[in-house]
Amino acid sequence: MGKYILKRIGTALLTLLIITFLLFLLVRIMPGNPFPSERMSDDMIANKRAEMGLDDPILTQFANYMRKLLFHGDFGNGTSLYYGVPINTVLSTCISNSFRIGGLAILIGTLLGLALGITAALHRGKFLDGFCTVLSIIGVCVPSYVFLIFLQYYFSFRIPFFPYFFDQKRFLFSSVIPSLSLSLFTLSTIARFTRNEMVEVMDSDYVRLAEAKGLYGGSLIRRHVFRNALIPIVTVLAPLIVDLLTGALVVEKIYGINGIGKLMVDAITGEGIDYNYVLALGILYSALYIGIMLLLDILYGILDPRIRVQGKAGDA
Amino acid sequence: MEARMNTKPEAYTPQPGDFEFLSNRDITTDKNYSSLSYWKGVAIHFFQDRKAVIGLIIIVAIILLSVFGPMINEYGYRDIVSFRNANNRKVVAKGIGPRIPALHEMLTGAPYDDDFADRTFLFGTDDLGRDLWTRTWYGARVSLIIAFVTIFIDMLIGMSYGLISGYFGGPVDQIMQRFVEIANSVPRLVIVSVLAIFMAKGMGLVIVALLLTEWIGMSKIARAEMLKTKEQEYVLASRTLGARNGHIIFSQILPNTIGPIITQVMFSIPTAIFTEAFLSFVGVGIALPQCSVGTLIEDGFNNITTLPYQILPPIIVLALLMLGFNFIGDGLREALAPKLEDM
Amino acid sequence: MSEKIPGLNQTDSKTILEIRNLDISFRTSAGIIHAIRGVNLDLCKGETVAIVGESGSGKSVTMKAVMGLLDSNATVNSGEILYTYTDAQGKSVTTDLLKMSKKDLRQNINGQRIAMVFQDPMTSLDPTMTIGKQIMEGMFLHERMDRGAAQARALELLNLVGIPDAEKRFKNYPHQLSGGMRQRVVIAIALSANPDILICDEPTTALDVTIQARILELIMEIQQKMKLSVVYITHDLGVVAKVADYVDVMYAGRIVEVGNVNEIFFEPKHPYTWGLLSAMPDLDTEDDRLYSIPGSPPNLLREPKGDAFAARNRFAMAIDEKAEPPLFQVSPTHWAATWLLHPDAPKVDMPPELRARLERARKEAEKYL
Repeated sequence: MGKYILKRIGTALLTLLIITFLLFLLVRIMPGNPFPSERMSDDMIANKRAEMGLDDPILTQFANYMRKLLFHGDFGNGTSLYYGVPINTVLSTCISNSFRIGGLAILIGTLLGLALGITAALHRGKFLDGFCTVLSIIGVCVPSYVFLIFLQYYFSFRIPFFPYFFDQKRFLFSSVIPSLSLSLFTLSTIARFTRNEMVEVMDSDYVRLAEAKGLYGGSLIRRHVFRNALIPIVTVLAPLIVDLLTGALVVEKIYGINGIGKLMVDAITGEGIDYNYVLALGILYSALYIGIMLLLDILYGILDPRIRVQGKAGDA
Repeated sequence: MEARMNTKPEAYTPQPGDFEFLSNRDITTDKNYSSLSYWKGVAIHFFQDRKAVIGLIIIVAIILLSVFGPMINEYGYRDIVSFRNANNRKVVAKGIGPRIPALHEMLTGAPYDDDFADRTFLFGTDDLGRDLWTRTWYGARVSLIIAFVTIFIDMLIGMSYGLISGYFGGPVDQIMQRFVEIANSVPRLVIVSVLAIFMAKGMGLVIVALLLTEWIGMSKIARAEMLKTKEQEYVLASRTLGARNGHIIFSQILPNTIGPIITQVMFSIPTAIFTEAFLSFVGVGIALPQCSVGTLIEDGFNNITTLPYQILPPIIVLALLMLGFNFIGDGLREALAPKLEDM
Repeated sequence: MSEKIPGLNQTDSKTILEIRNLDISFRTSAGIIHAIRGVNLDLCKGETVAIVGESGSGKSVTMKAVMGLLDSNATVNSGEILYTYTDAQGKSVTTDLLKMSKKDLRQNINGQRIAMVFQDPMTSLDPTMTIGKQIMEGMFLHERMDRGAAQARALELLNLVGIPDAEKRFKNYPHQLSGGMRQRVVIAIALSANPDILICDEPTTALDVTIQARILELIMEIQQKMKLSVVYITHDLGVVAKVADYVDVMYAGRIVEVGNVNEIFFEPKHPYTWGLLSAMPDLDTEDDRLYSIPGSPPNLLREPKGDAFAARNRFAMAIDEKAEPPLFQVSPTHWAATWLLHPDAPKVDMPPELRARLERARKEAEKYL
């Protein structure tokens, strides 16, 4: 197990390094000029380039970039609009906002999803089961930003209860609408998955055997159904979180949240953001993505004894 | 011999002739159902699945509407509806809610009392005065075309990649799979943001972004199927008979791969539509005056406080497309690999 | 017993399980399947009964009804399952298991009085729990043992079922054991709360041939040691010949022939039993084609008219298409549901090839007596 984890971590780091290098390469060979040329003379640009090390061989540049990033956690400075402003200062507020709202969404989605899925499975074929099916269909078919638009329209515009835009000063209160809309996809997927897994486990031979032993009701569910049904949920969490990252982009943009999603939208649309930001955001997202995959992989290995405990016995 | 009646069957008094053996029966041949071809079986199974059929109906309906929908009225998707009214003044049909004059008259007993009293706008018009019915189906058409084209190309790329990787195995497979692993570790958003630097906004960007990401899933499926089939007897047999690699891949293994790949296509198309909608909504997708489901949602969002009805049609079309393709995908998956108890 | 019911082994030993006129149907998307159509069955203390039949004949469903493990879409239309046991005060108590609530059944019957071994050891153990815990679960539940005692008894059971290195295996997860070992664990679980009756649902079908015999011997050994009554559900007549005292042959939800093991194997009366016996592979048969019963079992979505087996029966008569045959008594313990046994029916004997084969088997068997 230890060896497996180490190997996984090693591959993950290597993959991240390769991706970082590729991103760096792409951003550096980018056509055009990283500086707003109309405001700078050729000499100024040449000085600036030299100062930033843009004339060095690409590998040296990369080594310098990585050294700064790894040892000082420094993404460097922006070049155009945020000229002179260290990217870190911008990123730190954004990360904290995004993580809090995203975390809230995952928490709401997972907990409510589990609760709904479990109740549906225990009342198979009844009203709640049908409700769970319908909800999961809606959650899969409608993007999170559409929920946001509706919630915003009805609960901030028609009934002005929640703020229409995100308000840093009333963090929790103004997080309700974006977190809820972000959590719906997670919620519905987890509810459906939990329900199906539970039903499958409840029909399994080992639950039959446990019943034959004399277990029933709550203790049967607790001892034999939950663990077997819930371990695989770890496997759907990864794509869910990734989806949530994408969803967060538009949600942050629409709701005016100062987060990395909004920065990313700016990077994608090219609105007032420069290549260094694209690079920093690319590395950040890739690291996040790879890190989450790695974490869930390891978690799954720890939870499932079939992976955790290796070794076979002889035949009977 | 003493005969006791079982409790269950009613007592029966044997009639004369009852104890004659039955003749002229053939009990040795079993009824045979297996002569159905594989695809026929899949089709039967698919059409027995209620959800799959609903999905198919939805998708067919949307495709038909996206082709013929814009034709049922005279407004073009980019035309601003305007004409001269009774006072010979030019009026533009800006922000008209959905209306069917006949229905309105039936319900309220009076016709509309504005300049557009006799005009039908099924979905209404937008803030500039363009007919939303036409725009919705035109947008659905653009979204569907983008999805179909990119997923088709992705299917070709992914299948070739996966089949080659799986067929040759060994170091070729190793290298190709390492590459997939790395490609798969780059979030789609990062790819899009880097692309946005190199490419102009518009349909091209959306298509390239989808091409770069969606082939991976297909290649994994193709490779897995390849690994499964290539060890099977009939493939080994034709290899010993001297069949060439290309022949084995294309005429023997490909047909087996097609089922799971089509299923994956059915799940990839909604992803593509979703991504397109997302990118267009953000503003790097389809550019004006063209429209797609995504730009229509964005338009609707921009006017939500003034024309709240405007956002509904594209959202409903988007949701129905998702629903339809997911239902078809589920149905196909089950029809291709039927569980024994369902038979 | 006051009234004699056809088709039951009227022996002197004490009956502990009586199934009377059991009738079960299932609701499915395709319609209602009438799976069990009036089954009677007796199990006496210390004896072994085997229920034989093709898949879908209803043998498993009958025993699942005894365990209260029927799927939720099943309905018991009629019948009773009487279980007789000695309670804590030493009094003999008889209850109808079908009338007990699920909770009552689990608390008082399942595990501690009637236990079950399932067909596939690969899927019948919880993959996330060590086998030690799974064995001890029943003890905590029914006997309120403390941990130490339970552990000692679990180790004892693991030794009893022939698992080497019991202490080490105790902490293993199911995936670390082979199929044969897992089936031993399942047997240990079944025995963990000292049951009276052990129901074995095809206990060896999923196992290697070499391991099959060992598992059967193990069950027989334990049966002797613990004075268990055992019900085997199987389609394998080889297993039946090896272990059973009485045999019930089931077809399309009914018992079509019942008798002691010699009667069924050497003097079978029902054409279906003839078919089953002919289909058994045998080293001595000169015929190089393996016989199989033509056709397939009837679809119980439609109530069969007349004898359910008629369509596959070489000896079917006109009456078979009109009425379901009652059980005719052949000997005090032997009954068969076929019109061929009616006094007016033409005399038909089993096919000569089968007769010759059974003769050979009988001689073979006598050699070892």
